[in-house]
Amino acid sequence: MAFAAFGSAPAGTSGVEQAPRRRSRVALILLAPGLAYLALFFLTPLVSLVLTSFQAPVEFGDVGQYQPAFKIENYAVVVEAYWPHFLRAFGYALAATFFALIISYPLAYFIGVKARRWPLLQALMLTLVIAPFFISFLLRTLAWKSLMSDDTPLVIALKALSILPPDGHLTGTAFSVIFGLTYNFIPFMTLPIYTTLERLDTRYLEAGSDLYAGPATTFWRVTLPLSLPGIVSGTLLTFIPAAGDYINASASFLGSAQTSMVGNAIEANFLGLLNYPAASALSVILMGLILIIVGVYVKRSGTEDLL
Amino acid sequence: MAGGAFAEAGADLELIGISKRFPGFTAIEELDLRIPAGSFFALLGPSGCGKTTTLRLVAGLEEPTTGRILIGGKDVTNVKSFKRPVNTVFQSYALFPHMTVLENVAFGLRRRNIADPVGKAHEALRLVELDHLAARRPLQLSGGQQQRVALARAIVNRPALLLLDEPLGALDLKLRRQMQLELKSIQNEVGLTFLHVTHDQEEAMTMADTVAVMNRGQIEQMGAPEELYELPKTSFVANFLGQSNLFTGPVTSSTGSSIVVDVAGVKVEVPKDRAQRHAGEVTVGVRPEKLMLHTSAPKQSAGSNSLGPGRVTDVSFSGVSTQYQIAIPGIGLVTVFAQNMVFGPVVNLGSAAWVSWSVEHGFGLLDEPERAPRFAADTDTATIAMQTRHELLAEIEEA
Amino acid sequence: MRTFSFGKLSLGTALLPIYSALALVFLLVPIVYTFVFSFNDSVKSNIVWVGFTLDNWTNVCNAQGVCGAFFTSMLVGVVATVIATVLGTLMAIALARYRFRARSAISLLLFLPMATPEVVLGAGLAAQFLSAGVPKGLLTIIIAHALFCLSFVVVTVKARVASLDPALEEAGRDLYGSPLQVFWKITFPLLLPGITAAALLSFALSFDDFIITRFNNGGVETFPIFVYTAAARGVPAEANVIASAVFILALVIVVVSQLTSAARRKRLAKQA
Repeated sequence: MAFAAFGSAPAGTSGVEQAPRRRSRVALILLAPGLAYLALFFLTPLVSLVLTSFQAPVEFGDVGQYQPAFKIENYAVVVEAYWPHFLRAFGYALAATFFALIISYPLAYFIGVKARRWPLLQALMLTLVIAPFFISFLLRTLAWKSLMSDDTPLVIALKALSILPPDGHLTGTAFSVIFGLTYNFIPFMTLPIYTTLERLDTRYLEAGSDLYAGPATTFWRVTLPLSLPGIVSGTLLTFIPAAGDYINASASFLGSAQTSMVGNAIEANFLGLLNYPAASALSVILMGLILIIVGVYVKRSGTEDLL
Repeated sequence: MAGGAFAEAGADLELIGISKRFPGFTAIEELDLRIPAGSFFALLGPSGCGKTTTLRLVAGLEEPTTGRILIGGKDVTNVKSFKRPVNTVFQSYALFPHMTVLENVAFGLRRRNIADPVGKAHEALRLVELDHLAARRPLQLSGGQQQRVALARAIVNRPALLLLDEPLGALDLKLRRQMQLELKSIQNEVGLTFLHVTHDQEEAMTMADTVAVMNRGQIEQMGAPEELYELPKTSFVANFLGQSNLFTGPVTSSTGSSIVVDVAGVKVEVPKDRAQRHAGEVTVGVRPEKLMLHTSAPKQSAGSNSLGPGRVTDVSFSGVSTQYQIAIPGIGLVTVFAQNMVFGPVVNLGSAAWVSWSVEHGFGLLDEPERAPRFAADTDTATIAMQTRHELLAEIEEA
Repeated sequence: MRTFSFGKLSLGTALLPIYSALALVFLLVPIVYTFVFSFNDSVKSNIVWVGFTLDNWTNVCNAQGVCGAFFTSMLVGVVATVIATVLGTLMAIALARYRFRARSAISLLLFLPMATPEVVLGAGLAAQFLSAGVPKGLLTIIIAHALFCLSFVVVTVKARVASLDPALEEAGRDLYGSPLQVFWKITFPLLLPGITAAALLSFALSFDDFIITRFNNGGVETFPIFVYTAAARGVPAEANVIASAVFILALVIVVVSQLTSAARRKRLAKQA
């Protein structure tokens, strides 16, 4: 199916470069329409985002009327007002990425390595992993909201066990937001890890065992490093959208005013308050921070060729 | 972490009543095998004969269904592979792609907390003449270099037993010859016990002190290479290890030192001490290079067998020798390898020919003769008719 | 000895399957919930279980706007998928088959939209449409969807092109095929599975997208927008019906395609 989109370099193989073959004029013709599309609807919007972020309100104008300016203070204002939103966004995203990895790795390992002997089981489990893609993201999140709302058996049980204080809630907390983010991005974590593990040559594991490495050492020294490309793309595919998400954290889903993330702030400013410069400044900062984090992370893990 | 002492010299390997059944088929059936310490032992057989399974059982990568495995007298049947004093040179080499050559070689030493793993790894790399590539990644090496790294990675651990799983299969002929000699000299140098699995009969014969020919999960015959070649006991061995001309017929008479077999009306004499069975229907054979080719009927003489006349159906020149196929009515195709002592083929395609060989070169097999004619497709209708007539006559006689 | 090792083995080896099964159950909980509540005999908000009914399934379009939103999503999905698949396939072929100086820069350009949070993509496009004076509506939704699908199409198809043996195309040219004939008769059929997968992926991404749509929809309601708007006052059970139906349809497609490819593999194995 469409797993290739989440794919990454296979474990233990090297890409064989193909020699240049024909004139690059043909390549240019093939690339031109797509490049034009990207320039028009990706690069230009990024530029207009930057331009908008410096705009100033039109004097005596209506709400939502702005004019070109170089109002760099916009950035200071949004950082001042929304720095907790940034902290929450990156904190929640980091936690969700961690939990998704903890849940996904063993699952991906089982499907990709242990279930190889039973192709039907493998196919069935993979189908179940991607099954959440087939049902609306919003409805899934709402389902969790209903399951965690105040008078459900789960919450009553937690209160009875004194895990939750008598006046406590599950929804609208940092817990429920991280829970929702974790849940929603598990398939994005599982699939790339599965792709690398599925191609992992089990003879490497036998070689490890032959060279006096017990199962734990073999896993730590051989399996894990060989599946690193999958872990890197999985964590990126989870972290980036999680950091920019605002569904899970919004009050009508799993969050509350106290769990607002940057995404919520951008949405509120752009669509609610019509404060386009503020929303744009927030977007530019968010994008910049994510690019820095991704760049450093990819460099540190030595998997630049993933790009 | 690895249990057991690691011998500086090799250790005995003993397999007792080993069977291995997978769902749906049996890979090994009641196998008994003893490999003495310090020997170079080859398990030879076609793919699917159970030789690789045997190796994996010894390495601990598979568990036997029944039976016991002893290394140096110690029962290791239930010892996990990472605790066995055994190392393997894998068929695919299985060099860890994310580590350098040096890290690969030092891997086993580090796991066992051996002092100075880096120094020992360099030493092992020097032995295989690859120390200058220690910092490379395995995928940057050629096939032959990878093979030598795999060998260094295994022998650096000084295992009591070194297992070689067709490690030369991926190399081209010239490199393979060179590696065969290198392996052999390394074995002499380090004095370990080598267990080498291969389907290449030439490789097995040039390298091993003892060869065991495996077929269908069992050992058909075991011995020194010359012994196996000179005196194959089964038709499988006779044809897997080199080529053989095999003839089947009843033993008609027996003298003090030899038996006489009636092959389609021709008397063929075989020494008793080279025949496994001395009565009833037997299969006897002779190697193609032991045959003499004649253009006229050879004189009948004691101490020599002859067949013919037949017709030369194929001549192929291969440099050192020329291979002839001769169809002899009632007997079938006979293959002759003739040394090229003179220029050009001695006998032309289509001409009449006789073959002869001295009695001492013949051998008799242990097998029950096969019911169906061998190489049925190659035999002409006359031969088939003759064989069928013989079968019928034999049945009438029995009745 | 044997029973001991067997006992040890079963504990260690059972842990992983149990963990995996629990993880899958966790993934399925909200799906089952959504499916079950599509049968709820609820009047307005579909949160408390009232009773079983088939009415939601037989009269899906009864709920105000739900069917309209569904058809809008279908339309957007199909058009955006066609645009993204065509443009993306061409780019993938160029990137996998040719070497040129700007190649890594273009690869980076294609990676960027995937590394950009949706909220930034959505806000950027909205800011662009705003400054260009383009009214938001169906067109802007389609433009936005085709944009984020494009990168996924390129990645998926590129993997397929890279795994294609270039000797096949050379053989085609050797056998007197013109470049265009070679493309249509050889390259394209071999790429088709990858292109199909890419198209299915883009449709799925488009159909389920909310965040980018939210910034660019104007007044147009796609299915996710409908659910979001309804979430505040209670989502009608008919939305669950549509989501469940789409889910079942997608599952059937996946299962059937996997079964047929398994059967084909088996048949090929038998012939070999």
